[in-house]
Amino acid sequence: MLDGFALLALLVATLRAATPLLLAGFGELVAERAGVLNLGVEGMMLVGAATGFIATAATGNPLLGLLAAALAGAAMALLFGLLTLTLRANQVACGLALTIFGIGLSALIGLPWQGTPITGLATVLWPGLDAASPLVQQFMLLDPVLWLALAAPLLVSAFLYRSRPGLVLRAVGESHDVAHALGYSVLRVRYAAVLFGGAMSGLGGAYLSLVYTPMWTENMVAGRGWIALALVVFSAWKPGWLALGALLFGFVTIAQFHAGALGLDISPHLLTMLPYLATVLVLVLISRDATRLKLNAPAALGKPFTATG
Amino acid sequence: MPQGATPLMHGQVLPPRLALTGIVKRYGAMLANDAVTLSVAPGEIHALLGENGAGKSTLMKIVYGVVAPDAGTIAWEGRPVAIPDPNAARALGIGMVFQHFSLFETLTVAENIALGLGTRQPLAALTAEIRRVAAQYGLAVEPGRHVHHLSVGERQRVEILRCLLQRPRLLILDEPTSVLTPQEAEGLFAMLRRLAEEGCSILYISHKLEEIRALCTAATVLRAGQVVARCDPRIETAESLAEMMIGGGLARTSRPPARWTGPPCLVVDGLTLAADEPFGTTLREVALELRAGEILGIAGVAGNGQKELLAALAGERRAPGARILLQGRPIGVLGPAERRDRGLHFIPEERLGRGAVAEYSLAENALLTRLNPTTAPRGLLDLRAVNALAARLITRFGVRCAGPAAQGRSLSGGNMQKFIVGREIDAGPRVLLAAHPTWGVDIGAALAIRQALLDLAAAGAGVLVVSEDLDELLEIADRIAVLSGGRLSPPVPVSQTSVEAIGLLMGGAEGVAHAVAA
Repeated sequence: MLDGFALLALLVATLRAATPLLLAGFGELVAERAGVLNLGVEGMMLVGAATGFIATAATGNPLLGLLAAALAGAAMALLFGLLTLTLRANQVACGLALTIFGIGLSALIGLPWQGTPITGLATVLWPGLDAASPLVQQFMLLDPVLWLALAAPLLVSAFLYRSRPGLVLRAVGESHDVAHALGYSVLRVRYAAVLFGGAMSGLGGAYLSLVYTPMWTENMVAGRGWIALALVVFSAWKPGWLALGALLFGFVTIAQFHAGALGLDISPHLLTMLPYLATVLVLVLISRDATRLKLNAPAALGKPFTATG
Repeated sequence: MPQGATPLMHGQVLPPRLALTGIVKRYGAMLANDAVTLSVAPGEIHALLGENGAGKSTLMKIVYGVVAPDAGTIAWEGRPVAIPDPNAARALGIGMVFQHFSLFETLTVAENIALGLGTRQPLAALTAEIRRVAAQYGLAVEPGRHVHHLSVGERQRVEILRCLLQRPRLLILDEPTSVLTPQEAEGLFAMLRRLAEEGCSILYISHKLEEIRALCTAATVLRAGQVVARCDPRIETAESLAEMMIGGGLARTSRPPARWTGPPCLVVDGLTLAADEPFGTTLREVALELRAGEILGIAGVAGNGQKELLAALAGERRAPGARILLQGRPIGVLGPAERRDRGLHFIPEERLGRGAVAEYSLAENALLTRLNPTTAPRGLLDLRAVNALAARLITRFGVRCAGPAAQGRSLSGGNMQKFIVGREIDAGPRVLLAAHPTWGVDIGAALAIRQALLDLAAAGAGVLVVSEDLDELLEIADRIAVLSGGRLSPPVPVSQTSVEAIGLLMGGAEGVAHAVAA
């Protein structure tokens, strides 16, 4: 049976597993709320993971690594923005291309760094980590990036629903033509949203390579970018449900390890599949209400904007 | 004294609030505005009259800074100005209520107004301000509601409120009363008169001539992009105004004597249907009997169950508990296509999106409800037959377009509506449901559509028309029932009721059912 300490460890592990999804998911949520569908989340996360790892290994400072990862993710998003916003290319095709590009680019730049040891974020923040008691160690596993990820639902909700720029952002995602007619700069809002999404994806990727694993291997994001995308849609673009989905994914990811420990005889492949399956299933079930979907889906999602009139 | 200028007591002259001189706007080969000159005095309610396509909308877009004129000058209170964008127009004090509403569907009323105002006022304070101005001018709107749940009439109130909160000095309204009850329209007029007395000028676009005569103090008439007349509508008749607009005599619908004695062709009993969206209207025990050969009008303000009633009758929603009989046979469990096969056709409110597809050609649009062994023998499309069908509809109903291959979006609203109405009538329905058949349609097309409905009823079909335009219902319907709060009043013959009595029912007045028959 699980005692108190084991429960705490399970909670901490769940939060850590959910952090990359929270970061990437809330980045994408903001971009989609502005009407831009960026399917390149997986690619941006991978480039962020590789860049963050390389910067950390080169400088020995994981904080610089996190910064580099956010910038790398934003750079990928800028490329996407140039293609889809300025040149008005198809967002779906460009997003898929961005992911493929990101897989290749991260593998290329990360190749010399495979197997390189780095200083973990926790070690830098708390030098006495190894000497501390197991209980304290658990709390030290809750690093600032994780807290940022946990705060993301609240911050993004407050921004979207309580601030004027958030209102303008939702308006642009709802009808870019009306927003334009009212005198708002559609492209400026969308660039800002897309760049934010890229930076958050980059951070999410870096959390995997700097904290969660911590190491660099090719394609280490392993579909989490796609899950983040799916979470945004299945959560009906609602911050609360998105957070719930990400935490659920984290929990099932961790629970599958315990299933093995409990002696349940289930194929490991099935267990690996479980987090993806459970998350999608639950979110599909809770977001069945067509009216709510209609109310929340950004009406201009994926549509290119051309100023007319 | 220049036209539109107002003399003051001591001989001084105020410059006109807005003066347009020689405005030209060309779209390709078409001259939308041809040297238009227009002047609006302070505090004047000025009507802009013209058929669809006469250039009214283009002219208003120029004034509001949406479109730049090719030539001509705009003077605001005597000073020449440039209006490069809507922000500049709003900064001058120009407010506009669009015919096609410029609202964000998924945002609330307050959020929409906040976006239009551009102030940094907190939403809570703005909400209080909205409530205050709404109460002051009698525009009942709940600031917290989402726009996509609002009826057309309520959306218009939001647009008007958004303008009023900017304290405009020139308010432009495009066909504002099409969605109001007579009493509500009176309320709007009282509000506009008060605004005008406070010094705000009003440019009023409408095709309801009686209304213009009652409200406006000056009028400019446009035809084919040119100003053809300026007049004082108070001393004109509706006929003389219409003749200025269309440049000739006006035909009228010819209406046979009332006829509601045929056999019932659509019987509805005990139709109770819960709203399927928040803020929707629940239908309560709706019962009606539509007889062959009659036009039954359903009056009511938008949002009182019209959408739900039409969905239940057309088959888009099923009401398990209700009895719905089409020519004596139950159809309650059937879907729209099956009901159509049995002779029940439906003209939805939205032309593009539900009645037709903007991206489709007219031939493809004709196919939407006319997929049958003639157009698709053995499951394969017979394109020649489809084109022939579209060509027949175009000729028979006088649709002005480039031909069967013309895209839906290339047609004007009136012509698209003639095509859709024609498509359903041509199918030879036993029962035709028509929702707002002439909303946003110019006089000529509206006349043609009404006549087509009258002819269909005369040929023995039952026609049910849901409309917010009471004048229209009084013109074509044999009996009228009123939908209010999801309940349908018993129908009364048109000859035995009055605008006032129906208006009272539309407003949801309790216990006045007997007044309709007064």
